[in-house]
Amino acid sequence: MPNSKSAYSFSNKKEKFDTHIIVVWVDNEAGVLARVVGLFSGRGYNIESLAVAQVDEKLKISRITIVTTGTPQVVNQIKLQLRKLVPVHKVADFKREDKAVIFKEMALFKIVGPNNKLEGALKACKKYNPVLLDKTKKSNVIQITALRREIDKMSKDLKKFGLVSVSRTGAVAMTRGADIFK
Amino acid sequence: MSKLYSGAEIVFKCMEDQNVDHIFGYPGGAVLPIYDELQNFKSIKHILVRHEQGAGHAAEGYARSSGKPGVILVTSGPGATNVVTALTDAYMDSIPLVCISGQVPTHLIGTDAFQECDTTGITRPCTKHNWLVKDVNDLASTIHKAFEVATTGRPGPVLVDIPKDIQFQKTKYKKPKKEKKLNGKSHNHFNQNSIDQLIDLMSKSSRPIFYTGGGVINSGPRASELLRELVYATGFPITSTLQGLGSFPGDDNQFLGMLGMHGTYEANNAMHDCDLMINIGARFDDRITGKIDEFSPKSKKVHIDIDPSSINKNVKVDLAIVGDVKTVLSSTLKSLKQKKSKFLKSNKQKTSKWWEKIQKWRSIRSLDYIGSEETIKPQYAIERLYELTKDKDSYITTEVGQHQMWAAQHYKFNKPNRWMTSGGLGTMGYGLPAAVGVQVAHPKKLVIDIAGEASVLMTIQEMSTAVQYKLPIKIFILNNQYMGMVRQWQELLHDKNYSESYTAALPDFVKLAEAYNCVGIRAKTPEELDDKIIQMLNTDRPVIFDCMVDKVENCFPMIPSGKPHNQMILGPKDQESKKITGKGKSLV
Repeated sequence: MPNSKSAYSFSNKKEKFDTHIIVVWVDNEAGVLARVVGLFSGRGYNIESLAVAQVDEKLKISRITIVTTGTPQVVNQIKLQLRKLVPVHKVADFKREDKAVIFKEMALFKIVGPNNKLEGALKACKKYNPVLLDKTKKSNVIQITALRREIDKMSKDLKKFGLVSVSRTGAVAMTRGADIFK
Repeated sequence: MSKLYSGAEIVFKCMEDQNVDHIFGYPGGAVLPIYDELQNFKSIKHILVRHEQGAGHAAEGYARSSGKPGVILVTSGPGATNVVTALTDAYMDSIPLVCISGQVPTHLIGTDAFQECDTTGITRPCTKHNWLVKDVNDLASTIHKAFEVATTGRPGPVLVDIPKDIQFQKTKYKKPKKEKKLNGKSHNHFNQNSIDQLIDLMSKSSRPIFYTGGGVINSGPRASELLRELVYATGFPITSTLQGLGSFPGDDNQFLGMLGMHGTYEANNAMHDCDLMINIGARFDDRITGKIDEFSPKSKKVHIDIDPSSINKNVKVDLAIVGDVKTVLSSTLKSLKQKKSKFLKSNKQKTSKWWEKIQKWRSIRSLDYIGSEETIKPQYAIERLYELTKDKDSYITTEVGQHQMWAAQHYKFNKPNRWMTSGGLGTMGYGLPAAVGVQVAHPKKLVIDIAGEASVLMTIQEMSTAVQYKLPIKIFILNNQYMGMVRQWQELLHDKNYSESYTAALPDFVKLAEAYNCVGIRAKTPEELDDKIIQMLNTDRPVIFDCMVDKVENCFPMIPSGKPHNQMILGPKDQESKKITGKGKSLV
């Protein structure tokens, strides 16, 4: 972290940044996403990716999954500050290395090119559950689900096969096994 | 079938049920239906301010001095944006406010209608929560919930935005329900084990200190009583933040005075050298800690706070007790009595060396200043004001700057809720409207705004409010013609480049007072000061007191930012030896 000139006092200690996945269950009401995102920007926390959708129609609960980085102290603050928001029900925090949690992102790739290239692209995606969503003579749209860094890699690797457009989601997370987060 | 009420009526029905007796506001197009109903609710008195910021600060003064939430009523657009400073101020200092704002009719929202603004968007980061009510059936429950959110846990401001068409629509009124805990956000999360740990730390410590803050005040008068009991039972020294003044008697021997940037030498050195720091309802603010890496390096730290997010935010602590100060202190006292009934006796010896050290620091007399017979020293003015008012149970508000620090240093508070000052946000212009609010809550008491001439001009228009409602507030201006604190920093840190900190065309405050139809008094010499103060106290009308003080006096002692607690600058004599270095400069 660079030393901020305008800070009133700062610490010279360099602490390690960890990547965390924060999952927040909120009332699906007007402005709730702005509250959560505003908290992050207002307090200078990072957001690497964000995924949000209603998960319980009856109770009107949305699940927000945020990938963030920070020192242990900052990540702790993120959780505590989120829990103070009125529409927040619960907050879970997972380290990216956590083996007990599944993280997935989805990406759509549009490939334009001759047939051999289209096939090459599909083959390259083999490890990541590729689904061919659209096919024409000149183009393919391929869907994959994978980890963030895998999608990063594919976005690079597919260039040589004629990748023209990438669309991807933020990460979503789910614990392994029968237990759910309370 | 039960009676139908309009949205506007429901606003007042809610206020009745929430025991609101005063609201501070200013009418405008989008709240006129609410103002129409005002006359039908006799138990609620409206105080018409001159600017919505004034309404906000007045509501803050009302809340801080009475322990009840302050209520504000403003119109859409500029009405709402004008109140933002006060909401932010209340958010920083944890003051319960409920702000009702009008909004353009729902079908016009988003069309850039006349006096439309995104009020909930603008106020989202400066309120605990806010609501835009789009269905009149939700109105009553929303307002009741607003009061609950504002007053429970760590208090703070909330805002309810009500479009004009909702104010006209009719529905049934819903009484407040005893709501179950807000999404499980209960406030006491400690167990007996933590209390036992605290008592263990206390009994092992030979250099302890209590460091108390506004949380004690916010927890109610009972918390201050319990704090006194605990401090006397332990014999430990105690220091307080700016916001905590009054929770422990300022003239007690165990009290070391305020700590922090302009705190006393003994308080800051004791914080630095202690082996046990017990933080009760304070938040390790940067004006308190100084250089964070060197903050109290040898101590075990205990933090008692109602807000879990305050724990380990700025300073890592060894024992965290999340709970209401009152509840935690009462558990601590109970356990202390059961387990260590002779605590004071057994501990006296253990802490005797510590007290000796503290007495040595005390003997420096860090609040001393060089007196003068020709000009009024600002510290002297506060001292005289204190001496002449100390038997009156007075309420003091301040603006922001040197005068605020001098007031905190030299005015001694013995009761909670008597000291209203903008600490977190540091809002110049806070004190005058806050005094209006305090006087509304306590019509018979003496209310003084210790002010600076620059600050007070930011909200001077509220004198007109004070006159209208016959609120005999006293505005005691320490007039040095400079933005004193700015000037002080420029002198000490910016090579005496007094850029724009001098006000070359001040109004004549005595004439200004007369123009507002209140009383103006001016004091020019130390000799006449006492008589003039007595004249002010004997005036049963609002007074503007123009106290002409030394123009270049600085506020000491001072911890320059970038320095730890044990490297304070003392008065003028000490300055030569401890110049602020280049590095400290960028940190202030």
